[in-house]
Amino acid sequence: MRNAFADEMTRLAQEDPRVVLLSGDIGNKLFDKLKAVDEARFYNCGVAEANMMGVAAGMALSGLRPFVYTITPFTTTRCFEQIRVDVCYHHAPVVIVGTGSGLSYAELGPTHHSLEDMAILRTLPGMQVLAPCDSTELRLALREVLKGDSPAYIRIGKKGEPAIHAQPPKFRIGEAIVVRPGNDVALLCAGNMMSETLKAADILAARGVSAEVVSFHTVKPLDPGYLGGAPERFRLLATVEEHGRAGGFGSAVAEWFVAHGRQVPQISFGTDDAFMHEVGSQEYARRKFGLTGDNIAARVLARLT
Amino acid sequence: MADIAPLQALARDLRARIIETSSRTGTPHLASCLSCVDILTVLYFSVLRVDPAEPRSPTRDRFILSKGHGAPALFQVLAKRGFYPEAMLDSYGEDGGVFAEHPPTPDHLAGIEAATGSLGHGLPLGLGMALAGRIQRQPYNVYAVLSDGECNEGSVWEAAMLAAAQRVSNLCVIVDFNKWQATGRSQEVMALDPLADKWRAFGWSAVEVDGHDLAALERELRRFPAGDGRPTAIIAHTIKGKGVSFMEDDNNWHYRIPSPEEVVAAKKELGIAA
Repeated sequence: MRNAFADEMTRLAQEDPRVVLLSGDIGNKLFDKLKAVDEARFYNCGVAEANMMGVAAGMALSGLRPFVYTITPFTTTRCFEQIRVDVCYHHAPVVIVGTGSGLSYAELGPTHHSLEDMAILRTLPGMQVLAPCDSTELRLALREVLKGDSPAYIRIGKKGEPAIHAQPPKFRIGEAIVVRPGNDVALLCAGNMMSETLKAADILAARGVSAEVVSFHTVKPLDPGYLGGAPERFRLLATVEEHGRAGGFGSAVAEWFVAHGRQVPQISFGTDDAFMHEVGSQEYARRKFGLTGDNIAARVLARLT
Repeated sequence: MADIAPLQALARDLRARIIETSSRTGTPHLASCLSCVDILTVLYFSVLRVDPAEPRSPTRDRFILSKGHGAPALFQVLAKRGFYPEAMLDSYGEDGGVFAEHPPTPDHLAGIEAATGSLGHGLPLGLGMALAGRIQRQPYNVYAVLSDGECNEGSVWEAAMLAAAQRVSNLCVIVDFNKWQATGRSQEVMALDPLADKWRAFGWSAVEVDGHDLAALERELRRFPAGDGRPTAIIAHTIKGKGVSFMEDDNNWHYRIPSPEEVVAAKKELGIAA
């Protein structure tokens, strides 16, 4: 996804003279093409994320459209106060992009995991929270946030994520995309867990359960049309995210139903209330937290019978 | 050198208004306001290229009161400069208004460039504005007033390093160096000295000045930009509570509210009729 990000940012910089990219000392050579477009619109802000976020807000308040890019914990939890005060309080149209989200950098340990980012950022007034499921959605998300004038956070993976969409889908902020229609259960996925979610749907289909698979690329604002219709259409909802269950996408969906006086059985798939103290690959970490197609299908089946 | 007397008269009048408002509305940080009001006076009435009739002009100079707790001083200065009617300040401290302890966002009060109050935010914001001016080829300058206590914040030094690396010469920091922070001497809390040398070591052009000498302040502000690509830091040596003998260098006035009798005594010292 990060290569798609660099490529799409280069295109956006060519098309829109307001676009500026700020990077926190990562992406060596990744942005060479963007720099070739206009060297004055790329800034390596060093290992100083609090300042980088304030600088981005100052640029946005002066009519530019800054995108801030670094590894997710450092562009979210590290500088949360700058996001709250400089970006959101001023409603400055800064786009924050976190790379290596969730357990993408499992091997690097919990300092580089990001399992809290959506939870904290969706508490901020005016902030949009997006979790595209593949590179195609990421490219569309970058274009859509640039059309608006609100702060946005986009969490992306690293590289090598499977392509989900063969053709670019219709993409609007706050409108979920049905990836595979179904009518018994709905599997709602936010972000990079889409291939495991599709695998769960395959397993369920083999067991005679029709699962609808949906890309909830926007966690804030949620899609009220989709959620509003869900209780009549499905016996069960499952939310899937590579993020802590506390406060993330699953929590947001549950809050939505409570706020609207609606009820629907829900299972939230996400990481536990725990740091991972042993090393391991992303696949290992996903297995540890039950974030596999097999486990999702098994728990959904158990709930239905 | 222009006649400095009108600026001195303005600063005296502003001090009286700040003290009266603090007493009437129970607004704290009075001594912090009195230490920076001379700096604000020189900036707004001599240096800044701003037009109250067009507060969002793309070419305007930007001013950020990074020490946001000095807002009671800034509110008086902006009214005096004509950004809004002075009568608006009659509602100071009222529920539902905009005038209290810290600046609101630019969308809620003309003349404000950034909502500050949490320290260490104004310089990164100002650096972003200064870089935006360069990118958009607008020849404006950006000024930020910081407190010495605020220089405790790491984000100040992050911004200082990036500004030097990017050779952002249209950025000017003025440190209101009154030697106090909320609960103690700034040197004892965080060993700030030598403050001007710190800025120089971070790649800035730094100069020290008497922060209550209006002519000296004006002279140093007019020497900016440095001309060699370095951003500028003016270390303004000030006295907390300056202008009222019983408030000067007494840190109790960080939070204390003056009684009506103390307001009368202060105005008498300032030579302002009661």
